[in-house]
Amino acid sequence: MSMTTVPPVTAELDWDLPARGQVAMYSLITAEAAIFTIFVVAYLFYLGKSLSGPMPSEVLTPPILYTVCLLSSSLTIHFAGKNLRDGNVRRFGAWWLLTIALGAIFLYGTASEWHRLIYKDGLTITTNLFGTTYYSLVGLHGFHVVMGLLALTTVMVFTIFGSVQREHAERIDVLSLYWHFVDAVWVVVFTVVYVIGR
Amino acid sequence: MATESIAWPSTAAGSRSFVETLHEWVTTVDHKRLGILYIVYALFFLVIGGIEATVIRIQLIRPHNDFVSPEVFNRLFTMHGTTMIFFVVMPVLFGFANYLIPLMIGARDMAFPRLNAFSFWMTAFGGLFLYFSLVGANGLYGAGNAPDVGWFAYAPLTSQTFSLGHSTDFWTLALLVSGFGSIGTAINIVATVVCMRCPGMTLAKMPLFAWLNLVMAGLVILAVSPLTAAQLMLLIDRYLGGHFFDTQAGGSAVIWMHFFWIFGHPEVYVLVLPAFAFASEIIPVFSRKPIFGYPVMVGATVAIGFISMSVWAHHMFTVGMGSAANTFFVISTMAIAVPTGIKIFNWLATMWGGKIDLKTPMLFCIAFLFQFLIAGLTGVMLSAAPFNWQLGNSYFVVAHFHYVIVGGIMFTLFGAFYYWFPKMSGKMYSETLGKLHFWLFVIGFHLTFDFMHIPGILGMPRRIYTYEPGRGWDTWNLIVTIGVFFQAAGILVFLGNLIWSYFRGKLAGNDPWDAWTLEWSANSPPPAYNFALIPTVQSRRPLWDLKHPDDPDWKYE
Repeated sequence: MSMTTVPPVTAELDWDLPARGQVAMYSLITAEAAIFTIFVVAYLFYLGKSLSGPMPSEVLTPPILYTVCLLSSSLTIHFAGKNLRDGNVRRFGAWWLLTIALGAIFLYGTASEWHRLIYKDGLTITTNLFGTTYYSLVGLHGFHVVMGLLALTTVMVFTIFGSVQREHAERIDVLSLYWHFVDAVWVVVFTVVYVIGR
Repeated sequence: MATESIAWPSTAAGSRSFVETLHEWVTTVDHKRLGILYIVYALFFLVIGGIEATVIRIQLIRPHNDFVSPEVFNRLFTMHGTTMIFFVVMPVLFGFANYLIPLMIGARDMAFPRLNAFSFWMTAFGGLFLYFSLVGANGLYGAGNAPDVGWFAYAPLTSQTFSLGHSTDFWTLALLVSGFGSIGTAINIVATVVCMRCPGMTLAKMPLFAWLNLVMAGLVILAVSPLTAAQLMLLIDRYLGGHFFDTQAGGSAVIWMHFFWIFGHPEVYVLVLPAFAFASEIIPVFSRKPIFGYPVMVGATVAIGFISMSVWAHHMFTVGMGSAANTFFVISTMAIAVPTGIKIFNWLATMWGGKIDLKTPMLFCIAFLFQFLIAGLTGVMLSAAPFNWQLGNSYFVVAHFHYVIVGGIMFTLFGAFYYWFPKMSGKMYSETLGKLHFWLFVIGFHLTFDFMHIPGILGMPRRIYTYEPGRGWDTWNLIVTIGVFFQAAGILVFLGNLIWSYFRGKLAGNDPWDAWTLEWSANSPPPAYNFALIPTVQSRRPLWDLKHPDDPDWKYE
């Protein structure tokens, strides 16, 4: 009974499946969200359990300006993608560059906060449970911002050399999805660390 | 015989040097080759993990034995557990998923071939890294060597204070690295199943194999990520002086247990869902009936996926979590037996009234049904918290989960090996050797794991390297160890059969089982492009429709 053949294409079906890039990025985001969930749970679980200072209320101030920068970068990357879909590559580049700048400003904010905490307040990852959980959670997010910026910069370089065209809009959208995720996680981290945690 | 084929650069083996062939395999992004790499890699580690198990059992064959030292014994059970879970069963299941899913859904490759290769090599280096600890972990005070903290590595044993040297770091990093590989593969499987199906194959017409692996991939994404997070925390504790699991600084050892088992229990379902997938393909074909209750099977699978995320703390009844938490996890654990039971009844109903053909794959699946039932029943016993307080961490638990993993997963896996071997190699395996393997393994399995329950009930704790005579454990341990030799003989016959049949087996043809899913319409072994023309399907059994145009399935579905 080996007289089998490939079933032939009978008629053109209306066959439209989701784009694989989008599906894969949503899957990756789910995995990342699970990782962040564990770190957030650890942060909340260890709130107030540090045996020695400094405590969050003594040293943390909400980085409102930098938060505004990061969250507005979601908006700018959205406009960038829209312009690329319309075929306006120059405008795309401008919005994209603005997104990178906003992300970099946010990263500078985290860096200066860490610098102050380490050198002025004497809080390091070994100081107490607050230090361990704070640097881990904020650091994990910062790592994702760095990764995102590296990817965004790669696209920027290609844009400058004229390799990014309208037909790449779908791929750019996949990357934007990741960037939106990084921003959304910051909303959670901000709430946990600077609102609930203080 | 495929009617249409495309001219393809000749791949005649004789014309290529060893280096060229090696280069081809190392740089391949073909889902079939990667699948075979996964499978061969897992078989290699199966032999290593099996040798470790054998040494463990030789040490326990009689009281006061001194075949290995206590330190070596600790390393052996740690390496055995870690190897078997992460570097045998997961890779071999990924291998089958990789090989079969694109063929079954009528695609030419996975959604992301290069991600696929990346994931395989991450997993591969993870395993090599774990074993590199044998030479690489000679840390401080001669305390290094293979990891010896147990496969779930409870805190605070893993802290710098109690785990000197680098053996625990090797364990952590090996799991972290292979975890990235697993997540990559899982993302790939999800994207492939969702986005790459051939025209006409709606979700409701997909082979159950693809469905079960889709849910498995979802579980990997949700379960392996927490393990990754927990390993990162452990690394922060060990390298950067963090306090996540440091009780001296207010940290908690119990939270490691929670994080580990949030991974650890869904992991069991990650391993068993593909086993269900094999059974769901093999049992119908050898019963000559379509699967019974397809929608219910899909529903039960998804239900298992959801419930499995909420049962983890049944590994922790002995910790003392309080009655509210205990009650919740008792109920959720018992609840998961319901969809699993539905599946068993569906397989039985598939066989009921069928023309059962007792070929080797079917034999393994029938044994799986019986053994998995018993494994499930001891699972329900252990899910009752008071019973668990008595038998937690005893050999009863060891017997229970080996009944699941060997009696359930390994048996269907062997069935899958025999069932798809003709497709992968183009040759037919030896039925005689296959049956010999089956009977050796069934006898060995039952000698070992049936009798292992009894010393557990009599109070023998797991992970002890020796025991006093006269506690009533001696005879049982002797029988258990004797069973291991039958299993080892079975494995040797199995490997011998694979090798012998690969070189000397008869040509199998494209469709030796008169089966119904798309992979049997491709050549054996399938060409690099899988299908000359992308097929279109109208029912769950496209090849049945083709072979019986007078009575196709799509008239009834």
